[in-house]
Amino acid sequence: MAKYKLEDLLELLKNYNVERLEDVKIEGDLEIEIEGSSGVDLSSLTALYTLLNEFRNFFYHTNMALNYLQRISTMLGVPAPFQPAPMAPAVAPAAPQPVVPAVPELKLPEKLIEAKFEPPKVEYPGYIEEVVLGATKADGGTRDYVVKLGGERSLAFYIFDKPQPNLPKIAIDVFDRPPSLAKAVKVHYEDVVGSPPEWAKKCVKKFGADMVTIHLVSTDPLLENTPASEAVKVVEDVLQAVKCPIIIGGSGNKDKDPEVLEKAAEVCEGERVMLASATLDMDWERICNAAKKYGHVVLSWTQMDINNQKTLNRYLLKRAQIPRNSIVMDPTTAALGYGLDYAFTNMERIRISGLKGDTDLNFPISSGTTNAWGAREAWMTESPLDVDTPWGPRELRGPIWEIITGLTLSLAGVDVFMMMHPLAVAVLKEIFNTLGGKTKGGVADAGKWITAEV
Amino acid sequence: MKVKSPLEVYNFLPRTNCKECGYDTCMSFASHILDRSAKVYDCKPLVRDAEKDPKVKEKLEKLIEITSPEIAEVIVGIGDKALKIGGEEVLHRHELTFFNPTAFFFDVWDTLDDKKIEERCKRVVEYKKFYVGKFLTLDGFAVRCISNDPKRFREVAKKVASYGKPMVLIALNPECMRAALEEVANQRPLIYAATEGNWKEFMKLALDYKVPVAIRAKDLNVLKSIAVTFKSAGIKDIVLDPVTEPLGEGLQGTFERVIQLRRKAILDGDKDVAYPILITPISAWLIEGDEVTKAYWEAVIAGMFIVKYGDAMIFHSIDQHVVMPTLTLRFNIYTDPRTPVQVAAGLREINNPGPDDPVFLTTNFALTYYTVENDLNSAKIKGWLLVVNTEGIGVEASVAGGKLTASKVKEIIEQTKIAEKVKHRYLVIPGLAARLQGSIEDETGWKVLVGPIDSGRIKGWMEKNWPPKK
Repeated sequence: MAKYKLEDLLELLKNYNVERLEDVKIEGDLEIEIEGSSGVDLSSLTALYTLLNEFRNFFYHTNMALNYLQRISTMLGVPAPFQPAPMAPAVAPAAPQPVVPAVPELKLPEKLIEAKFEPPKVEYPGYIEEVVLGATKADGGTRDYVVKLGGERSLAFYIFDKPQPNLPKIAIDVFDRPPSLAKAVKVHYEDVVGSPPEWAKKCVKKFGADMVTIHLVSTDPLLENTPASEAVKVVEDVLQAVKCPIIIGGSGNKDKDPEVLEKAAEVCEGERVMLASATLDMDWERICNAAKKYGHVVLSWTQMDINNQKTLNRYLLKRAQIPRNSIVMDPTTAALGYGLDYAFTNMERIRISGLKGDTDLNFPISSGTTNAWGAREAWMTESPLDVDTPWGPRELRGPIWEIITGLTLSLAGVDVFMMMHPLAVAVLKEIFNTLGGKTKGGVADAGKWITAEV
Repeated sequence: MKVKSPLEVYNFLPRTNCKECGYDTCMSFASHILDRSAKVYDCKPLVRDAEKDPKVKEKLEKLIEITSPEIAEVIVGIGDKALKIGGEEVLHRHELTFFNPTAFFFDVWDTLDDKKIEERCKRVVEYKKFYVGKFLTLDGFAVRCISNDPKRFREVAKKVASYGKPMVLIALNPECMRAALEEVANQRPLIYAATEGNWKEFMKLALDYKVPVAIRAKDLNVLKSIAVTFKSAGIKDIVLDPVTEPLGEGLQGTFERVIQLRRKAILDGDKDVAYPILITPISAWLIEGDEVTKAYWEAVIAGMFIVKYGDAMIFHSIDQHVVMPTLTLRFNIYTDPRTPVQVAAGLREINNPGPDDPVFLTTNFALTYYTVENDLNSAKIKGWLLVVNTEGIGVEASVAGGKLTASKVKEIIEQTKIAEKVKHRYLVIPGLAARLQGSIEDETGWKVLVGPIDSGRIKGWMEKNWPPKK
C-alpha cells in the first residue's frame, strides 16, 4: 500500500492532461492511499476521481473518464484482441484534380442551391417535479450536500430546447449481507462485503457515487429474517460513515418491507432519505405515513406498466397525501437484451406524459441499472452455445452491458441510476456531462478517420 | 405517411374486393397499407390499369406519394442481402414502431494487406449470435480509401464485394470513387461522401452509376443545400451525415444536429431533410487512449444514436464488447412494440423425454423461453418444459410482480396433465424464482428443486442434482 501526497497527485494529474484544477481549494496536508504496487492502477485513478469529487467542484475534462477507463482495462490485463496497424502519418497526398468529362446532354446545377435549415423548437406545457434528497445542517440533517433530481422541461439532454437544471445522478448499491454478484463486479467490493459502512465509503470516495443505496436484504423472512429494529442499525452506521444523501431499500418482501422502511424512516429523521419502495401490492400507506412523519421521499415502484404507475402515484398523492416534491418513480428496469425495449418505452411514455402535463406522472425516474448484470452476456465466461461467435473476455462485456443499459434509459429520461460497476459509473457520468453540455472541447479534426488509418 | 385513416387509401383503390392482393377486401388491404404490412404495388388491377390509362397512373402516383414514409427509404446493396435504411415514420417507437434497423457497416481499409482484409471480412460475414430464436448477423462493409490510389481502391472494393454484403465506399477523392464504381457499381454501394468541396463530382458519380450517395456537412444549412441541389438534379437516394464528433461539446453538438434533422423532417414535414441519417461511431478512434477505451467509446456513440435516429452506422471495431451490446440494443429498439414478444403457454417436450426425465418450468416471455429451450437442446437434455403464462414477463420481474405464483404453477400442472406423463413428482424451477419453492410445494404437493439462475448452467446442475437423491 503506497501513500501519495497531494503534490504527487497533482503531478499525476499533469500526466493525464489535466492542467489545473479550477476553483478547488485544498487545505491541510491531504494524503490519499493507493493500493497495489506497480505503476498506475485502478485505485490511483479512482483516487484522482475522488479528489475532484470530494471538493464538490467538478473539473470536467473531456478525457478524464476515458483515461480512467483506459487504466482499468490495462489493470484488468485484458489484451486488446485487434492490434491496430501503426498510425500512418495523417498527411495524405494532395488529391489530384479529377478530370470530369463534359456531358453536354445533362444540365446539372453549377452552383449550390442555397437552402436554410431552421431548427424546430419544441416546447412542453408541463415540467418534471424537482425532488431534493438529503438534508444539510441548515435543514436539520447531517449531510454535507443535497442531490436534486428532475426539474426538466424538455426531453433528456435536449438542452437546445430548454436548459436541464439537474443532470442524472448515480447511487451505488450497498447490501447488508453478502449478495451474489457477477465476478467482474465482486472484485471491486470484496474487501468491504460484510461492512456496509466501509462499503458505502468506498462507493463515495473511490468510485465517485453521488449517493449510496443501502439494501436491507437480510430482513427477508426467507433469509436471515433480521428484525427491523436491528437491521436499521446498519443504516445509522452508514449515515455516520458517509455524508452523502442515502437511499434505503428493503428486501422485496411485501409483508416485511413496510415495517422495515417505517423503522428506517424513524432512525433517519431529518436526513431526507428515499424509501425504496412502495408498491401496489403491499401496505404502501404505512411507508407513506412514515415518510411524511419524518420528512422523507418515497420511491413509487411498479412493474413496467404506465397505468399501474399512474394508479400508485395517485394513491400516494391523494390518499396518503405525499407532497409532490417527495415522490420518485421506479417503473422497473430490464437489462439490455432482456426486455430493455419494454423498460425504455415505458419510461419514455411516462416522461412524455409528464412533460405534456399529466400531473400523475411528472416525477423524477429511478432505474435499478444493476439489473443489467442479470444478462448472461454480462457475466458468463463464454456462450453456452457452440455455434455463437466466441463472446470475448467477459471483463469487457460486463461493464459495457451496464453502460449501454444505463445510457439507453438515460435517453428515456431517468434521473437517478442505482448501479454497481465503478467503470460503468465513471463512463455514464462522462456521458451525462457530455450530453448535458458540461464538457469542453472535442477532437481537432472529426473527419480524419476518412482518410487516415485509425 | 400523410394519410391517417384506411378510408383515405380506400378511395384510391378499385373497390372490387378482387382478393388479388391476398386480402379479402379493399378496405382490409387499405388498413395494411396504413400499417405498412402491404405495398401499394400489391394492388395488381390498379397497377395494370395505370399502364393503360394516364388518369389511373396519376391516381397511383398520388397514392404512392401520400402513403410513402415520412423519411425516404434508401436501398443499399442488391438481391436478398439488400438493406433498407430510413423509411421511418415517428420520433418515438411507441407512436407506431421503428421500421428499418440501423444498418451496421464494418470498416475495411485499402492500406491493409490482403490477408488482413480477408480476416476482417470473414469475421464480419461469419459473425452470429443466437437471440430470441434466431441468429443476429452483421450487415455489411465500409471500404475506406486511405491509399488515395484509384487502382488499389478499386482492387480492394472488388475483393470486399466478393463477400456478397452491401457496402459503403469511402473516398473523398472523386477519381478514387469512380475507379471503385467502375468495378462494383452494380452492387449498388452507398458512396461516401459528397462535401462542400466535391459535391459536383459526386453528383455526377451518383447519376452516372445510379448509386445512393451520402452527403457530409456539419453545417446543416450546407447539408440541406447540397441535398436540395442533388434532388433538383434528379438524385433520389440521399443519405445525410451531419458529422459525428466523438467528444465533449462536439458530441453534444452532434446529438443536437441529429435530433434537429429528424424532428425537422417529421414534425415540420420538411422533405428536403427527410433522408436517412448516417452516424460514424468509428470517429471514436480519433480520441486519445488505448484500444479498449476507444472501443468502449465507439459502443457508447453507437448506443446513443441507435436509440436516437441513426439509420446507418460505420464501425471500426469488430470486437464483441462493441458488437454484441450494440447489436442487441438495435434489436431491442427496433422490435415492434405492437406485437407482444410472447410464446404460447403449455407443455413442450424437449428431446423426446420419458417418464423419468425432469420437469422444468419457465415463463412465456419469448426471450426467456427460447433461451431455456435452446440451452436444453444444445446440452442434449431430455425433459418436459412447462411454460407459464406470465403475460410476456421474464422470471425475476414476474416473481416480483406476482405474475408467476404458486397457483399459476398449479394451474399449468393441471392443464398439461404432466402428472400422467412422468412417474416422479419433482419440479425444477428457475433459480430466480427460488422464493416460490415453499409455496409451490404447499400448493401442488410436488417436490420443488431450485435450478440454476441461468439455464446455461442446467447441464452442470443436472450432473449434481438429477436424478434426485431420495
